[in-house]
Amino acid sequence: MRTDRLPRVSPLGCSALLFEAQEDFGDAAQQRVWHVAEMAKTWPGVCETVPGMNNLMVVFDPDATSAQMLVREVHTAWQSEPRPTTGAKLVELPVIYGGAGGPDLAALADHAGLDVDAVVRLHSEALYTVYFLGAHPGFAYLAGLDPQLHAPRRSEPRLQVAAGTVAIGGMQAGVIAQTTPSGWQLIGRTEQSFFDPAAEPPSLLAAGDSVRFRPIGIER
Amino acid sequence: MIEVLATGAMSTVQDPGRHGYRRFGVGVAGPLDPLAAHIGNAMLGNDPKCACIEIVLFPFRVRFTEDCRIALTGADARAAIDGTPVWPWWSLTVHAGQVLSLQAPRDGGVAYLSMGGGVDVPEVLGSRSTDLKAGFGGLQGRPLRKGDSLACLEDACLGTRQRPRGFGVRPPSAAEAGAAIRVLPAAEWDQFTDEAHTLLVTHDWKVSPNSNRIGVRLEGPALAMRRKVELLSHGIVPGVIQVPPSGLPIVMQCDAQTSGGYPKIATVIEADQWRIAQTPLGGRLRFEVITLEQAQAAWDGQRRYVEAIRQAAILAQ
Repeated sequence: MRTDRLPRVSPLGCSALLFEAQEDFGDAAQQRVWHVAEMAKTWPGVCETVPGMNNLMVVFDPDATSAQMLVREVHTAWQSEPRPTTGAKLVELPVIYGGAGGPDLAALADHAGLDVDAVVRLHSEALYTVYFLGAHPGFAYLAGLDPQLHAPRRSEPRLQVAAGTVAIGGMQAGVIAQTTPSGWQLIGRTEQSFFDPAAEPPSLLAAGDSVRFRPIGIER
Repeated sequence: MIEVLATGAMSTVQDPGRHGYRRFGVGVAGPLDPLAAHIGNAMLGNDPKCACIEIVLFPFRVRFTEDCRIALTGADARAAIDGTPVWPWWSLTVHAGQVLSLQAPRDGGVAYLSMGGGVDVPEVLGSRSTDLKAGFGGLQGRPLRKGDSLACLEDACLGTRQRPRGFGVRPPSAAEAGAAIRVLPAAEWDQFTDEAHTLLVTHDWKVSPNSNRIGVRLEGPALAMRRKVELLSHGIVPGVIQVPPSGLPIVMQCDAQTSGGYPKIATVIEADQWRIAQTPLGGRLRFEVITLEQAQAAWDGQRRYVEAIRQAAILAQ
């Protein structure tokens, strides 16, 4: 058995386990996380599997399985070759950059040493991958942001950021899916809705999907 | 049907929580004190998934428009029906027109009103729990307000022969008052200093007034790490003790985000999560590190305790 790629395991109470990949994060490692998450959620006693950034949380019923057994099963699954992701879709999001919906666009351009047009071009030419959903319902952490656009979170989070706000946090991109506090840099706005509790699935985006931003306007 | 005559700002409908949707970013919600809510259902012979009312701020008063079996659990909120005191952890039948009133518990804490059949609000993503942050579930995704009416689902036991004055159970707090809250070391335990490990289990931590359904913030000495750690976002559960850069721990509660990125020193075991919720703002609590086997044994013991109440309640009816 190969052991060099086995994830680090730690308990979160007695009904959840966190598995952290020991390889550098990136598309290959994340595909392994999705693959194990898909496999594990069908196992007896597993309540849900929650992919994170290069890690996986497995929530289970300790009456129906045990932490020891799950660790063995996850380790085995972790070493199988990830299947190509099935059912992944490409979602295109029309965005108005800048203006009231993107108040940090100019500051982000300054920070990057670029003009606003270049920021919009770099942001909208990239193809993003949904690594996982978290933080609030429907919010997708997107990988694929051009390194020139990496930007630190604000030291003081804004107390209210509107749903549909296109944002950058560190090396990640995203769209705020529900009006919420956020410390991310806000660069634009889309009318797309990302979460509907009455829909199945309730979220527009799922781990493994691709996202592209299409500029429909720049407000300066 | 019940009519809300008076309520504080944070009374919500809660069932055992919204499970299975974390991967869409949807948190669990559910009762702050899951043990009290669970026992309320057990005392009534309700399905464990029935929804109850969680009361955090007082006074709280409701009028019953029809006969209803109720159970009062959680903090001792000096309950009275039409002015006549009712014991805490008590189940009885109230009659149409009667008014139940709850006052602020002397020792703080959260109270639960469970009703036969459970509160009838629409299920959203498989649960009737109110998710205040997301604004769905419960009654229109919001706390209860004066003037609200709530119906209950059908109560098969209503009208069967019952003890006229009802019956009570021994509160779980009596056995465990003052005992340390048990935790398991979490992923970053080894990256905290020896001093932090000692402080975690020796300091009497004070519950900050800034605590809420998302997290209980603790005041005390800062817990230091051996070196700065940058974590990638990962799934978290209620009970996880995160330590942000301030060094002051936060015990995540049922409205916690599905993912977090702060170092985790420990996790409060499932069997003791209710005790965090019942420690009043400004109150003190202590921690004790135990093993996974001990945590599982404590959980098994708590479930046997609830099951014993369920069986006893059937006999008491």
